[in-house]
Amino acid sequence: MHTPGEMQSAAPAAAEEGAPAPRRRRAVVLPALLFAGLALLPAAALALSAGYMLDLFTRVMIFSVAALSLDLLIGYAALVTFGQAAFLGLGAYAVGILAAHGITDALVSLPVALAVSGLFALLTGLVCLRTKGVYFIMITLAFGQMAFFTAASLAPYGGDDGLTLADRNTVAGLPLFDSPLAFYYVVLACLVGAYLMCRTLVASRFGRVLRGAKDNPVRMTTLGFRVYHFQLVAYVIAGMLSGLAGFLLGNATEFVSPAYMSWQRSGELIIMVLLGGMGTLHGAILGAATFLLLEEWLSAFTEHWKMIFGPFLVLIVVFVRGGLIGIGAAVGRRLFRG
Amino acid sequence: MSTTLLVVQILNGLQLGVLLFLIAAGLTLVFGVMDFINLAHGVQYMLGAYFAVAFYGLTGSFVAALLLALAAALVFGLLIEAVVVRRLYGRDHLDHVIATFGIILFLNSGVKYVWGAAPLSLPVPEALTGSVALAPGLLYPVWRLVIIGSGLAVALLLYVLVSHTRIGMLVRAGASNAEMVSALGVDIRRLFTIVFGFGAMLAGFAGIMIAPILSVEPGMGDTILILAFVVIVIGGIGSIRGAFVAALLIGLVDTLGRSFAVDVLRLVMSPSAARTVGPALASMLIYLLMAVVLWVRPSGLFPAKGR
Amino acid sequence: MAEPILRLDGLTKQFGGLTVSDQVDLAIAPGELHAVIGPNGAGKTTLINQISGLIEPDHGRILLDGRDVTRLPPHRRARLGLARSFQITSVLPGFSALENVAVAVQARSGSSFRFFGDAASEPALQGPARAALAEVGLADRAEVPAGHLSHGEKRALELAMALASEPKLLLLDEPMAGTGREETDRLVAVLQRLKGRFAMLLVEHDMTAVFALADRISVLIYGRILASGPPAEVRADPQVVAAYLGEEME
Repeated sequence: MHTPGEMQSAAPAAAEEGAPAPRRRRAVVLPALLFAGLALLPAAALALSAGYMLDLFTRVMIFSVAALSLDLLIGYAALVTFGQAAFLGLGAYAVGILAAHGITDALVSLPVALAVSGLFALLTGLVCLRTKGVYFIMITLAFGQMAFFTAASLAPYGGDDGLTLADRNTVAGLPLFDSPLAFYYVVLACLVGAYLMCRTLVASRFGRVLRGAKDNPVRMTTLGFRVYHFQLVAYVIAGMLSGLAGFLLGNATEFVSPAYMSWQRSGELIIMVLLGGMGTLHGAILGAATFLLLEEWLSAFTEHWKMIFGPFLVLIVVFVRGGLIGIGAAVGRRLFRG
Repeated sequence: MSTTLLVVQILNGLQLGVLLFLIAAGLTLVFGVMDFINLAHGVQYMLGAYFAVAFYGLTGSFVAALLLALAAALVFGLLIEAVVVRRLYGRDHLDHVIATFGIILFLNSGVKYVWGAAPLSLPVPEALTGSVALAPGLLYPVWRLVIIGSGLAVALLLYVLVSHTRIGMLVRAGASNAEMVSALGVDIRRLFTIVFGFGAMLAGFAGIMIAPILSVEPGMGDTILILAFVVIVIGGIGSIRGAFVAALLIGLVDTLGRSFAVDVLRLVMSPSAARTVGPALASMLIYLLMAVVLWVRPSGLFPAKGR
Repeated sequence: MAEPILRLDGLTKQFGGLTVSDQVDLAIAPGELHAVIGPNGAGKTTLINQISGLIEPDHGRILLDGRDVTRLPPHRRARLGLARSFQITSVLPGFSALENVAVAVQARSGSSFRFFGDAASEPALQGPARAALAEVGLADRAEVPAGHLSHGEKRALELAMALASEPKLLLLDEPMAGTGREETDRLVAVLQRLKGRFAMLLVEHDMTAVFALADRISVLIYGRILASGPPAEVRADPQVVAAYLGEEME
């Protein structure tokens, strides 16, 4: 019917809503394939005796959770935040600092990680969300940097150098995370859970207001919605999700450092979301995988791989109509069409 | 805390403030006039320092290195504007962010490729080495005074340029209403190019001046960039005056906070607790300041009219 | 007249040295369709923006259904039963026509802080939304993204959104602007049908539409109310004819 027009629409998420059934089906099939692939990957890794693949994809899935949370903000609420890595770091530091005090069970460290990242999101969100556009980008950037420097100044917890964990967390006393395979599936379960939660969220009443405010905040206000409150709640939810990713990251690497919170890391998360196609959720997972695998592959050739990747980013922003969003949508469409 | 130490730290704070102003001035104009977010402004500061080191190596003269590096920074800024930035005016802020992030990745890595990852240094010019006694028992490095002086001179120059020249008038008008300026029949693109190049040169100048007292290394522009963001957000985007006030404020608060936080906290808590909390608090101080300013005035201290 | 649904008391707003609302007094009775006309730059949109809360007046009071709302933010006024359409079409372009209306229904029916359950399959939201779409003649366009509707259809969609929020007072800022004759006639017919269900404040340049619809008309010139009364009276007012209608009615 109106397929060509839909391409120009800068709101793929919303277009989905009124879209014909096949399109909706694709939004189910692709994630299902993605998760099935991830579930079967350990078997392949085992068959090829490529143990490193398990670690690599554990990492991919952890960053997918963080990228998902960011897609919730950028893709569904038009909140371009440049400080998402701070929450990743907070989650990881919760694990690290608790471990330094002898508390190594996930039943404690996970709730703490979520609470700390949620609280930080609430406090900074109260200030950030009062501003718009350029101010919002810069303020989230600044708060992220605040977390970074604060972590770096924590001399008792390793300061700049970070903090090494003696071991991964236990779960109710059981060393569940110690087996790479078991940990892989724990992370996969977290990713699937986070994905389903986000999916539900954007389709809910709450998500509808968020998406509406992305399209036209003034209209939503005159309809009677206090947009600020909705955005604040979304910001806290996204912060906690990234905190979860941080909790997993700290356990995966058994190491925590301020570098997790650097603003470059926040930038990379944005790139992941855009690479996969924003406002699709599963795009965030594809984007995280693309970015991390590309990094792995390029850096095997040269340590100066960013000299290639940087101009690549510039090229797609400059020459693809509608910037990365355009290429994301174009790539996404190609994938969907099969 | 002795008076001498306090004076020294105030001077250090001023020096940081002046440096921040040099970087923030270009940034705030580029934001204000073109509505363009330039994350790559920090690498222009880094390039200034690298250019200075390189030209000093070639000529052996600081003055020659300064002039050549300034010219190179200007040319490089114009190049970036022509090749990348010009194509992105009027686009989504997200596009600005990603493209200039790409430039950062490229240049940070490129600098490493050309000059290596090890920190380089630039000697202080012969005549300006050593310290001067500002008061009995109060020695202060001459070069740092030179930085403060030259920064204030640039601020004055900018003030005159912006408030008393035609191009300054256009820049001010552009910051509050770009459409009006183009409606006046001014070639807004050329104005953009000039402002961008000039901003890049100012950032380069900051990098050159700081090179003798900091190590010149890849990524040195990244941290200072965020501080410059804090400055222009507090000062109000598009306002040179705001950038100046906020830069000095941030420079002083950050420097004094780092020097005295532990001492101050000792008054209210145990020394060991103060040693732990102090540095953390000190590094949060300017961001808390920013939060407070924005809570009270969401568009900064001196918002440019019309936005 | 009965207790007015909207009352403006000496509403005054200045932009710099320019007075855009000058001691505006206005009362609209429940169910009344009140039109505000005036030349461009008379301050009509500024007036609507003050009533809906996007701009704060310098002086004066705004009473909605007897309640002082002068300092209330726009979303609170909306909750009290104030709906508006915009001069420049203001729908949510990425949403389907149906979802645009459904979100308006949602605004008045229970909390929107519900994180579970698919909003698009909530009968309590979709039902009234479909009904409102049908009323403005967009039933068969429900699934089309609003950004792809024609200009006239977007106008109708705005009306449907306003309808769906079951307002006490609907502010219409030039609903006919930029629509063709045929579409204008359709919109007039729709408004004709809605008349009496709730009060409306209509700002419009299309005099045919205004005189066909309005119960009363106020003429705004340089931010001041020049005349106010039934259409016939206003049309005959020599002051109005001299200042405004003369040229307009030819």
